[in-house]
Parts: sequence; structure tokens; C-alpha cells
Amino acid sequence: MKIAVCVKQVVTRDWPLRINDSHTWVDDRDASFEMNEPDAYALEEALRLKEQHGGEVVVCSAGPPRVNQVIREALARGADRAIHVEAESLASADGAMVAEALAAPMEEEQFDLVLTGLQSDDQGFAQTGVVLAEFLSIPHATIIMEVQVGAGRVRVKRELEGGWFQWVSMSTPALLTIQSGINQLRYATLKGIMAAKKKEVRLVEPPAELARRQEILMLSVPERTKEIRLFDGAPAEAAGKLVQALKDDARVI
Amino acid sequence: MILVIAEQRDGVLHQASWEAVVAAQRTTQAVQVLVAGSGVMSVAEDLATADIDSVLMIDHPLLEAYTPDGFIEAISQVVRSMSPDAVFLAHTYQSREFAPRLAARFQQTLVTDCVATKQVGDRLVFVRPMFQGKFVADVAPVALSPCFASFQIGAFRQDAVVRGSDSAAIYPQEVVIQDDMIRQEVEPPFQEAKQAVDLSQAERIVAVGRGIKSKDHIELVERLAAALGAEVAASRPICDSGWLPMDRQIGSSGQTVSPKLYLALGISGAIQHLVGMKGSRTIVAVNKDPDAPIFEVADFGIVGDLFEVVPAIISALSE
Ligand SMILES: Cc1cc2nc3c(=O)[nH]c(=O)nc-3n(C[C@H](O)[C@H](O)[C@H](O)COP(=O)(O)OP(=O)(O)OC[C@H]3O[C@@H](n4cnc5c(N)ncnc54)[C@H](O)[C@@H]3O)c2cc1C
Ligand SMILES: Nc1ncnc2c1ncn2[C@@H]1O[C@H](COP(=O)(O)O)[C@@H](O)[C@H]1O
Repeated sequence: MKIAVCVKQVVTRDWPLRINDSHTWVDDRDASFEMNEPDAYALEEALRLKEQHGGEVVVCSAGPPRVNQVIREALARGADRAIHVEAESLASADGAMVAEALAAPMEEEQFDLVLTGLQSDDQGFAQTGVVLAEFLSIPHATIIMEVQVGAGRVRVKRELEGGWFQWVSMSTPALLTIQSGINQLRYATLKGIMAAKKKEVRLVEPPAELARRQEILMLSVPERTKEIRLFDGAPAEAAGKLVQALKDDARVI
Repeated sequence: MILVIAEQRDGVLHQASWEAVVAAQRTTQAVQVLVAGSGVMSVAEDLATADIDSVLMIDHPLLEAYTPDGFIEAISQVVRSMSPDAVFLAHTYQSREFAPRLAARFQQTLVTDCVATKQVGDRLVFVRPMFQGKFVADVAPVALSPCFASFQIGAFRQDAVVRGSDSAAIYPQEVVIQDDMIRQEVEPPFQEAKQAVDLSQAERIVAVGRGIKSKDHIELVERLAAALGAEVAASRPICDSGWLPMDRQIGSSGQTVSPKLYLALGISGAIQHLVGMKGSRTIVAVNKDPDAPIFEVADFGIVGDLFEVVPAIISALSE
């Protein structure tokens, strides 16, 4: 089975981000980056499916040259090769633009299964995978917590709201957006890291006129609407004041 | 005109649909509401009580169970014939699945998870969180109509819906869909085995997030919970990693709680977590990042390292 996994590189979760001077994006010039969390679960699921059913796992990522870092990481974890759609303009692109950039090289490959994360930690469009399914003209299902592969079909467990689930089946090729927690992640071994160096990363240019469909007019820090009492001082002092307030003011202990 | 797509399951309206109606009513445009399914007349009648121009109803046996293919096909036919300026939905699990693809059929993107709209000149601009709520962005669709937007659950109050003096008219819509257009085959929804722990009854909850760093430190949180007479709960990543069982998870895919005291330790405050706990009476946040969104819902807070603050709270409690 030929499986694609779409992986996005995002700013490390704990990075103290600042808004850029034009208030349209973040200043990420010296930020550190990591693999978008649900994408790591999508990759793990792809590797497990390959172990069960054979085949190949191909990492697909769109973005500037720095994206190579997460591609190498995915190869070190066990993906076989990669496609990198490379362009500076893809660094802060909207979901449909990214899907369009990925679609052309992915269509050629004729994957049996395409896995993406359900949402990115930075822009959080929650749609790149779904739109990619439209561009690839294949059926899709979202927020998946289990994947069963049969002959020419997949049966998947969709997470619904409020603790409900549902099984859905469809023919392959198909696209699934994977939810965090579907499996337990593996980490790269030294052997994997060495092997990754020799694996193929195909660089692809995005289509010439890639259309931006949404633009960020202004990025800002949200205003606080609720009154909050912050306790400062050394930990013992702050903790003492908090406990006092919980007893005397809130009366909850 | 704004077309709101309402959501129903088994003839029951999803409550967040009212919030999308409110979002539309707050603009200067006329509002119509579309509902799709099979046997949805009573849902349409319910929607018709709102102060809107009309309700459009797609009633088709192939739409009895929700499938993305079926719904996208049917709804796109009505969107095409009505040519609205904008299409609004609630940002639910179901709209996450079909609405981006629906928008793509119209060469558009969906502006997801919006919390407000603004009229800037002749442009409708949407306010949405980015970087997990750390920032908010004013976002505008580049091309004109129709634009597609989905609204974060809880961003508008459903009881703010303006009711009409008369019932709005209900117009059944003809759509052409066939069996072979629907590639997904769905089984009935189910719940996992009954939750072992019911946190909704807890008076006090100490919840832990990824700031705890490793499974070994969970014990620290358990000590604080014991000192407070509280239950232990967690954000999703803690349960995903297997550091606490799934039935301790709070949020949109976990339990919803409203205890007297909710103490959030090393939890950033992503919206999917907030929806499960923001009804708590007193919320306390301990986080080393002063800009963490959790501080926006907290009553009390300490900006600091939980590994220093939590032991200090434990000893303050024993005094
Ligand atoms: C469809 C969907 C459903 C979801 N359902 C849920 C759900 O039900 N429940 C849920 O919780 N999430 C859910 N999520 C995930 C959610 O979006 C967030 O990813 C998650 O809540 C983040 O968890 P966290 O706050 O523990 O981790 P992070 O966001 O990583 O936050 C960790 C926090 O710890 C702080 N910190 C780090 N070190 C320290 C220290 N030493 N002392 C003090 N503070 C420290 C950091 O400043 C940071 O704010 C869902 C997501 C999706 C897309
Ligand atoms: N630039 C990108 N390159 C590869 N995959 C991406 C990219 N952006 C988004 N994705 C995939 O689409 C999913 C959803 O992202 P989003 O629509 O931004 O919330 C992610 O989890 C990734 O799997």
C-alpha cells in the first residue's frame, strides 16, 4: 500500500512568539520549529499500516527550505522518501493554497491512502486535508481514531462530539485526517537518523499562479475581558495569598 | 444575503446552529437558514421561529444519515441556486468535515473558528484565533461572494437569537442526488464503555496539562488534589500520552465540568479545553507564560513555574 503523510512544520509550542512590525504575521526569524502534533500521529499510523500491510510511506510537506528539518525527522522515524513543495510564499499560506500546492505532485503518485493531521497548531485552519481530498477527487473522513485496511477499502473510527464515535467505510484511494492520541508515538533511533540521510527528498516547485484565498489584515494579542487577580511574589508568598483568597473570598475550600 | 447552514441529527437541531444564526443576524444582511436531512420538517419549523427571511429545507432519503459526499452535493446545489454573499456555519465536528470541501467547490476557503465579524468598508472581515488562542487575527476572504465562515462554539450566545413576530416561510428545495455519489458508508454512532469516573459531580478539580513534562510528575498533582479534596483531571495531550486515563480528560472530546473550584496547572487554555471547564465557579491558573490564554478565563492566577508553585500551595494548605 502506498501511503502519503502530509506534515507541516510549525513553531515550537513553547516559543515566546512576537507579532511582526506590520502586524500581519509572527516574527519567526530565530524561532525553533517542530512537527505539527497531529501530523506526528498521522505519520505513526502510516508506519504501522506499512508494517501490517507492506508498501511505502511518503512524506509530503509544503513550505520554505527550513521545512526540511521535519521532513528529515519523519524519514528518521521510518518514512521511505519525501516530496517537498518548496516556496517562501507557502510559509504563511492559507489551507486551500497549501492543498493546491501539494495536489499536483501528489496526484501523480496515485497514493492508496493519504493521511493528514486534523488541524495545525499555528494557523489552525482545520481544512487543508479536506480541501486536498477535493483537489485529488477522492473520498475523505475526518478526526479519525482508528484505521482498518481491507481489500480496496478502509474502515475508520471517527470521533464525534461529546464522547461519541462512528465507524465509516469507503473505497480507496481515500484521505483521512488523523486526531492526536490515535496511537502511541515512536521516536527516531540513531540508526533511523543515519538511514534518513540517504533517503530521497524530491523538491517540487508549486504551480505558477497559486491563488491566496484569505488574507490576514491584522494580528493582535486578544484583549482580556474578565477581571483576574494575579498573586505575585516568591512562590511561598503567592501560594499563601492564593490559599487565603480561596478560603476567604471565593469560599471554595 | 447570508445563508446559515444549520445542523441536525435524527431530527434534533445542534444547539450551536443558533449561535451561527446570531452571528448572521448581527450583520447588516438578510438571513436565510438551510437545513438538510431526512424528515427534518420539525427542525425547519423550529428554525422558522427566528427573525429571518426564510428557511430552506432539503428533505431527501439519501440524507438520512450524514455523509460528507451526500451533504456537500446537496448543499452545493442550493448554494449555487441562491447565490448568497456569505455562508455561515457553526464550527462543529460535522462542519469541519464537509464545509471546507463545500467551499472548495466554489473556489473559496472556509474561514474557520471565527469569534466575531466586522464590516470594514464593503468587506466582511472575520476575527479568528491563531496559534492556539495566543493571538487573534482579522481575516478577509480575498475573492468576493460567496465567502464561507464557521463560528467557534460559544462565541455567540444562543439565547441572543432574535425571534420573529411570525414564523418565517419554509421552502422545500429540490436537489438531485444519487446513491453512487455517496462514497462513504456509515454505521450508527456509539459511545465507548461507560465512563468509570464522572467528573461532572466533583466539587473541586485539579487539572494538569503538558506543563507537567513527564508522567513521573503526575504524583505532585495528585498530592495537591488530595490536600484540596479534589479530583484529578487533565488536558487531552496528557491522556493521549497515557499519563492519565482517558476518562480524566476535560474538553470538547472529554467531559464537561462546572465545579466550585477548577485549578489548571500547566494548561495553555486551548478552546477545546476551555469549552469543557469555563462554566466552573472559581478558576485558578498556574502557568509560567503570562500570555497563556487560560488567564483570560481565570479568576485567580499565579504566573510561575508549577514545580515551585504547587509544593508551595500544598504547604500553605497544611498551615
Ligand atoms: C477536535 C479537537 C478536539 C480536542 N479536544 C480536546 C479536549 O477535549 N481537551 C483538551 O484539553 N484538548 C483538546 N484538544 C487539544 C487542544 O487543542 C490543545 O492542544 C490542548 O488542550 C493543549 O493541552 P495543554 O494545555 O496541556 O498543552 P500546551 O498547549 O502544550 O500547554 C502547556 C502549557 O504549560 C505551560 N507550562 C510549561 N511548563 C510549565 C511549568 N514548568 N510551569 C507552569 N506552566 C508551564 C506552558 O506555558 C503552556 O501554556 C482538541 C483538539 C482538537 C483539534
Ligand atoms: N504546509 C503544509 N505542508 C504539508 N501538510 C500541511 C501543510 N499545512 C497543513 N498541512 C496538513 O493539513 C493538516 C491540517 O492543517 P490546517 O488546515 O492548517 O489546520 C495538517 O495537520 C497537515 O497534515
